[in-house]
Amino acid sequence: MGAMAGSVLRTIPLQAAEYAHKMIAAEKATTSAGTYAPKFFSPQQYKTIRTLCQAIIPPDSESGGAIEAGAPEFIDLLTSENPDYQLKLGGGLMWLDSACVDRYDKPYLDCTPEQQKEILDLIAYYKNADKEPGISQGVEFFAVLREMTVDGFFTSEIGIKYLGYIGNKFLLAFDGCPPVPGA
Amino acid sequence: MAQVVRSPKVYDVCIVGSGAAGGTAAKVLTEGGLSVVMLEAGPALNPEKDYKEHVWPYQLPHRGGGVGGKLKHEVGDEFMAPNGAWEIVGEPYTAAPGSQFRWFRSRIVGGRTNHWGRIALRFAPVDFRSRSTDGMGDDWPITYEEVAPYYDKVESYVGVFGTKENISSAPDGVFLPPPPPRCTETIVKKACDKLNIPCIPSRMAILTKPLNGRAACHYCGQCGRGCLTASNFSSSQVMIPPAQATGRFTLITNAMAREIVVGKDGKAKAVAYIDKATRSDKRVHAKAFVMAASACESARLLLNSRSSLFPDGLANSSGAVGRYLTDSVGSEAGGYFPQLEKMPPHNHDGVGGMHLYMPWWKFDRKNDFLRGYHIEFGGGRGMPVVGQFDNVCEEYEGYGTSLKQRCRSMYGTYIGFSGRGEMIPNEYSYCDLDPDTVDQWGIPVLRFHWRWSDNEIRMARDMQETFRSIVEAAGGTFISKVRPEGANPYGIADGGVIIHELGTARMGNNPKTSVLNKFCQAHDVKNVFVTDAAAFVTNPDKNPTLTIMALSWRASEYLLDQAKKGSL
Repeated sequence: MGAMAGSVLRTIPLQAAEYAHKMIAAEKATTSAGTYAPKFFSPQQYKTIRTLCQAIIPPDSESGGAIEAGAPEFIDLLTSENPDYQLKLGGGLMWLDSACVDRYDKPYLDCTPEQQKEILDLIAYYKNADKEPGISQGVEFFAVLREMTVDGFFTSEIGIKYLGYIGNKFLLAFDGCPPVPGA
Repeated sequence: MAQVVRSPKVYDVCIVGSGAAGGTAAKVLTEGGLSVVMLEAGPALNPEKDYKEHVWPYQLPHRGGGVGGKLKHEVGDEFMAPNGAWEIVGEPYTAAPGSQFRWFRSRIVGGRTNHWGRIALRFAPVDFRSRSTDGMGDDWPITYEEVAPYYDKVESYVGVFGTKENISSAPDGVFLPPPPPRCTETIVKKACDKLNIPCIPSRMAILTKPLNGRAACHYCGQCGRGCLTASNFSSSQVMIPPAQATGRFTLITNAMAREIVVGKDGKAKAVAYIDKATRSDKRVHAKAFVMAASACESARLLLNSRSSLFPDGLANSSGAVGRYLTDSVGSEAGGYFPQLEKMPPHNHDGVGGMHLYMPWWKFDRKNDFLRGYHIEFGGGRGMPVVGQFDNVCEEYEGYGTSLKQRCRSMYGTYIGFSGRGEMIPNEYSYCDLDPDTVDQWGIPVLRFHWRWSDNEIRMARDMQETFRSIVEAAGGTFISKVRPEGANPYGIADGGVIIHELGTARMGNNPKTSVLNKFCQAHDVKNVFVTDAAAFVTNPDKNPTLTIMALSWRASEYLLDQAKKGSL
């Protein structure tokens, strides 16, 4: 059962949503070189977020990646509204840079691709924190960012196309299930 | 300062609430010739503007997950029809220490019929005589045979699809043809056939053929968003329009009923309400009153209508108002079905809800719990939503192309199962007025008290075992995080979560133990009726809405008859 407009209920009416959507589009168009001005993250942090998003869902021969899907903007918007995400992602980015400085003497974005892969391979799995308790906060951070990136990608136009969802249509009749292979 | 504005007009009937019960009463009473005024606590509904039918997630900046992502995994996300919510700013409710209870309320014309699951199941004959059957709870003062003609009327008017199955726990009705099963449903049905569990076309208030001027379903699977073609049932689109067409119907929106005002003769004479727009206290006068604000709101209104004649609240000489509160027993689990990985892309949407379901089937044997449950299920290749791949992320972790491909191969392979079972009323589960809290309109709020009994917990365990057997019989991998212990043993949902809360002004033949007579008329106050699910004596495993409409229709015909005889 839903959400509300005005003071009492908490759903966002479609008009308001469309308005916000257009505002974001306008914002994108007017900032220098058409780049997005982040609402929560610092420009440097936002650059890291974009890089991480694209690593989580990269482009391939079939579709674009998380950046093309607008996942970084989606994550920035949600984070700007949610203190819990602000702590987890904002703090997590600080953690990541500190960890990279400790290991490689430079923040994440300045690391070599090999170093970036090395640290991501470490924080992308909970089991690694069992062996190396010092990275458990990084694993938590990455899990949150992974989930939000996946949300951002697969609810985008290109993500939905990549999945092969072909509904949301007006049908005169519903055909039911085509033959199920192996059933 | 609030000013009491007296309305000079006296309507025949004032209805509080515009949902399943209020809408049905409005239609029947106005078509029967009475003048009706209806109070709705929320705003008017404008489908063209308010509904998000066919909107894609990427057309909303929060992708449907709400501000700050707070609506992720919530029943009411951004796509949902407007103004239904677990929490309403300025209108709290409380839970007594040790009790967990959630209350979903809809402040909008049509109420929760904008948001409901459209599952439209008749109660069975046995459901009306529980005490006679197993010694627990109470019998209803009416039988299935007395209600059946009203089920017929409701189904014929609103449109329900289904099939004649001749299963005693799930009486057949007046049905439109059902839609064919989806792939997920084909797989589950095969498994159920092996296990001798009936898996039959569901019964849903969605049109598979045009009916009474409404178009047939166009199979976008988005009933919960509200339907621009009114092909599913909502009171706002199906019950209110015919009432308006009579010219005898007045709708007052943003009107929060505060108290039923009683005259010196002991009869109700007005409803005092807050006009939310002006924050002023107003009154509307009528000769008879129909409470249809939802079981708990109607109980709250009665409890808040205290006077020297009725010091414990109106119609509450029995003390039963707020008591006998029940919700459905709910427990969930799911399964991963590898055969669905191989499905080519196809349109899987169907109607907004399940095409098949499992009615209660173990009524012919001894179980380790009383009463029964039915099983709802769903999954497959629906429109992707935020949270769609949380489980995949959690299970496979990692990142990169392999994660991207894994999400795609797992898309549509999960089927979730929900048991919906009968709770037996108990003395620990009820609502009363919180002595310390008022809402922003100054109206004392409800405080909920809640406890499941062992019977419900044994039922939840049985649900989990059944889900496992079905998933495994279908060659799937059972996925359930529930534990036998803890606050929610076997995954039993907190009270109110299934949104079938009812029983708070039950009907009965004995005025000492019940609030209403068998026509939903208050024993203590003849011109007050409660026609929502507050009137229910028991809460069978069947979703309550169809029965709310049938009982409200029946009560309204009785009210019409009494009005004609001048006996109100």
